[in-house]
Amino acid sequence: MSKKVDMKVDSNNFKGDMGDGEKKIKVSSKDLWLWYGEKEALQGVNLDIYEKKITAFIGPSGCGKSTYLRCLNRMNDLIDSVRIEGKVEIDGHDIYAPGVDEVAVRKRVGMVFQQPNPFPKSIYENVAYAPLMHDIVKKGSDCDELVENSLKGAGLWEEVKDMLKQPGTALSGGQQQRLCIARTIAVQPDVILMDEPTSALDPISTQIIERLMIELKERFTLIVVTHNMQQAARVADMTAFFHIGELVEYGETEQIFVNPQESRTEQYITGKFG
Amino acid sequence: MSKIDKNNGFYIPQLEKRRAKAKRFKYIAMSALIVSLAFLMFFLYDMFRQGIPAFKQTYVKIQVEITEENLENPYGFLDRDMISIVSRAWLRDLPNQAAANPEWLGTTQEFWALAGAESDQYMKGGENRLKDRVKDRIDELKESGDIRFQTNLIFFFTGDSKIPENAGFYSAIIGSILTMLVTMSLAVPIGIMTAIYLEEFAPDNKLTQFIEVNINNLAAIPSILFGLLGLAIFINFFGVPRSSALVGGMTLALMSLPIIIVSSKAALKSVPNTIRQAGFGLGLTRWQIVRDHVLPPAMPGMLTGSIIALAQAMGETAPLIIVGMIAFVPDAATNILSAATVMPAQIYTWSGMPEKAYIEKTAAGILVLLSVLITLNAVAIYLRKKYTKTW
Amino acid sequence: MSTQSLYLIFFGGLLPLMYFGYILGRNKAITIRTKGIKMHSQPDQYGWFSALYTGLPVMTVGVVGVFSYLFGFDGIPPFMLIVTALSLGALSLFLISKKMNEHTRARNLVEEFIKGILMMAAFISILTTFGILISIITEAIHFFQRESFWGFIFGTTWDPDTAFLAGAGRGGEDVAEAKFGAIPIFAGTFYITAIAMLVAVPIGLLSAIYLSEYATTKTRDRVKPALEVLAGIPTVVYGFFAAITVAPLFVDLFEAFGIQASYRSALGAGVVMGIMIIPIIASLSDDVIKSVPNNIRNGSLALGMNKAETIKFVVLPSAMPGIIAAVLLGISRALGETMIVVMAAGLRPNLTWNPLEDMTTVTVKIVESLVGDQEFNSSLTLSAFALGLVLFVVTLVINIISITIIRKFHKKYKVSNL
Repeated sequence: MSKKVDMKVDSNNFKGDMGDGEKKIKVSSKDLWLWYGEKEALQGVNLDIYEKKITAFIGPSGCGKSTYLRCLNRMNDLIDSVRIEGKVEIDGHDIYAPGVDEVAVRKRVGMVFQQPNPFPKSIYENVAYAPLMHDIVKKGSDCDELVENSLKGAGLWEEVKDMLKQPGTALSGGQQQRLCIARTIAVQPDVILMDEPTSALDPISTQIIERLMIELKERFTLIVVTHNMQQAARVADMTAFFHIGELVEYGETEQIFVNPQESRTEQYITGKFG
Repeated sequence: MSKIDKNNGFYIPQLEKRRAKAKRFKYIAMSALIVSLAFLMFFLYDMFRQGIPAFKQTYVKIQVEITEENLENPYGFLDRDMISIVSRAWLRDLPNQAAANPEWLGTTQEFWALAGAESDQYMKGGENRLKDRVKDRIDELKESGDIRFQTNLIFFFTGDSKIPENAGFYSAIIGSILTMLVTMSLAVPIGIMTAIYLEEFAPDNKLTQFIEVNINNLAAIPSILFGLLGLAIFINFFGVPRSSALVGGMTLALMSLPIIIVSSKAALKSVPNTIRQAGFGLGLTRWQIVRDHVLPPAMPGMLTGSIIALAQAMGETAPLIIVGMIAFVPDAATNILSAATVMPAQIYTWSGMPEKAYIEKTAAGILVLLSVLITLNAVAIYLRKKYTKTW
Repeated sequence: MSTQSLYLIFFGGLLPLMYFGYILGRNKAITIRTKGIKMHSQPDQYGWFSALYTGLPVMTVGVVGVFSYLFGFDGIPPFMLIVTALSLGALSLFLISKKMNEHTRARNLVEEFIKGILMMAAFISILTTFGILISIITEAIHFFQRESFWGFIFGTTWDPDTAFLAGAGRGGEDVAEAKFGAIPIFAGTFYITAIAMLVAVPIGLLSAIYLSEYATTKTRDRVKPALEVLAGIPTVVYGFFAAITVAPLFVDLFEAFGIQASYRSALGAGVVMGIMIIPIIASLSDDVIKSVPNNIRNGSLALGMNKAETIKFVVLPSAMPGIIAAVLLGISRALGETMIVVMAAGLRPNLTWNPLEDMTTVTVKIVESLVGDQEFNSSLTLSAFALGLVLFVVTLVINIISITIIRKFHKKYKVSNL
């Protein structure tokens, strides 16, 4: 695991890792508009996100990157004043098409939040809750196995295997965030959204989670909103730059950071605003 | 991943069952709320149904020849049916009226006399113990227009009476006003001053914390225990007259104190600290800051809390029973030391009476009490809305 | 001399004296200042200082005097006392006008005075608690000096009818001994409370869930005041409702099934008490559920859980401590509730499981033994204080527990075990 990270950070060699020509579109938004009441928050975003890659959204606060992320699993539906137009397709199916149950969409598209939000239950229950409800496993050894695998997947198993009945809230912030990742992968989604997953954490926890992300992309498509440009540079394969509700530029991370096409991107990356 | 394509790419059959369950849960929760609102509706409907008739009263037209003899024996000049119809209270009062109008003597006067409670109930279609003969007579009078309803002013302008048609809410209303004056003049200043001390002056030590815990507990102590305190300390120890507005008001004041303190503290707390710091920066003393810059914005909040506390005290009965405020009080109290009754206590006494007429009066009393309380609360809510300042 | 004229003389002397003090203090301060001497405080503050400290000795003597009369010391005629008080005031005014100079820290002294007054107000609130405690405990001790404590706590027969004879000095060999076994009364209290909670907890909690999780803002804004109205209805009104409307309704209802119910059944009183407690539980639970951070809800929703599942698995467990506290407060309200049971429950201590029979409660017995022309020192009257003591202790413990739980809840979330 650490080897891979080292390679990336040291060599900045994204291409080699990606395997040219094997980009399969997983999530695709077509002319996506969003309004909070009268206020326009997204202005016709067109974006293709590739399978089993890490895509980072960057941009100054209020640029719409988090709003856009929450469109991808219909979390914006929870806000009354929101109005959405356009399409978001996952594997070619529009998640906003009439008759689509947003609950079913969220099963396919998991999400990790800025603040770690473990449930007020034991560590075991935190992970087992959703798979049991979704009938992915039945109670018993299957479930135990899934919990173990998910916690291993989140790199938390060794730390908590002896305290599965302890409350999830008793863990440290970084552990809580990994617990949240574990419970997300336990549902076996296709896509995992991460909304500034490390902004509430200390540098060491942040590093652990960044490594974890790179590991997870073997199995999932990861979309990460980050406030931290270095983080995007470290982990992301693709980077999208948002500004005032608009997708300004999208491309491979190296290209965005080294050779941005748009002057606004360049200004942001070089710290002229943001 | 499951890709069962029914209508779209996201369809999962198991979700149907869970969705149905969720819907059921929502409806159960909704029906619980509807049930609690239905209770309120049913309750209000019931009170109006029972209470509204009490606001009108039956009066019957009679001719009386004012003679010495008739005034001696007011029951003599009526036939036996009419004696059952006309109120005894009215007949008893007739000599007084005649004395006030000496020119009546020797003439025949026409009166709309107050009808008895039984006849009144018959007119209102309620249960009554009238003989059929009397009922027929009332029906006849109704035909000829000699018996009719009038607005029941007695209810608002007389005190309690053992004669149901003559019983009114007046002394209870006056008693409540007197008691509330006592409560207000004690609880509001002491409560607000305590809050100011605790919030602005008290050092944050064990003693202060103890006082705060105490106040919180006091707010949740059953009200009847305040009655025991009033009885043991105010009446037995200090010798405050039993049944008086003073003892009732003092007892209720102790009861409303914690509520006033808690809400006043909250109001003071809502004034941001930056204002105090700015004051210190200008070289003002603590009291000057509190008086000129903290109290004015906190005042509406304190007022609201006080009104709500007083409204609660106004509806309180249990402690007042203990300090003797359920005495039979026909005449309104004239000062805070004389025997008085209050609205809820009057409601309690009437509700124990067997006659149907008292039940009607009880419900009417409840309507009066509730409208006062709702008005007070509405004023409080209005004040809160109007003056709530977001910093 | 009548009390009124005494008050008239007292305040008639005090107020002008204080006013005079104010003018004197201020004028002196102005005089000093015009001489160009720098003073510690403003002239007004010297005025207030002078006025307040002129009034202080007068009021102190007055208050001490009033209390000593209440406690039965009446050695000094009231008029003399007033004269003493006022002359002390005059003396103090004289001393102030003599000694006051530019170094007098008038502002600080005035503030100390105000602080002292505020402190005294705070002191009264503690006095109330101790007043309740002392008054109840003293009388309860009198009771237990006459009747056995264990007989009271564990006795199953409450039959105090003959106590008044002893109170009247007519007790003797031939009179049956009065019995003060409070078990049937406690049992009735808990039974009626249990019925009330069976009504109030599910309805109140589910209402709170609907209001906080499902209702639109518009519905909330309309329903919340309605619940406040329900909470603001005086208990005597609920009592009337229970006795006149609900009890006959239950009697008719059970008669239809051939079951006989009492007009003062525990069920009727309990159900109405439950209705009374619904808004308490609903509004407290609503507050706690609202305070569960949205973040936690979103965590569950993002896993593909629907709203109801999220509420059951995540929101309610988070809010559980607060809900428990709300229920505890409801229980303490039910235990201490008086008017509903006085008007709609029985007077007869009755140890039974049948909710359709009449039962009595602690509060009913307190009221019953204190209403009427009892001698204050009879065992029957004193038994009210013994019952009151029990009620006080039980509700106090419940309140402390529930307040502690709520405090902890606000600090951090508690967790249920698997």
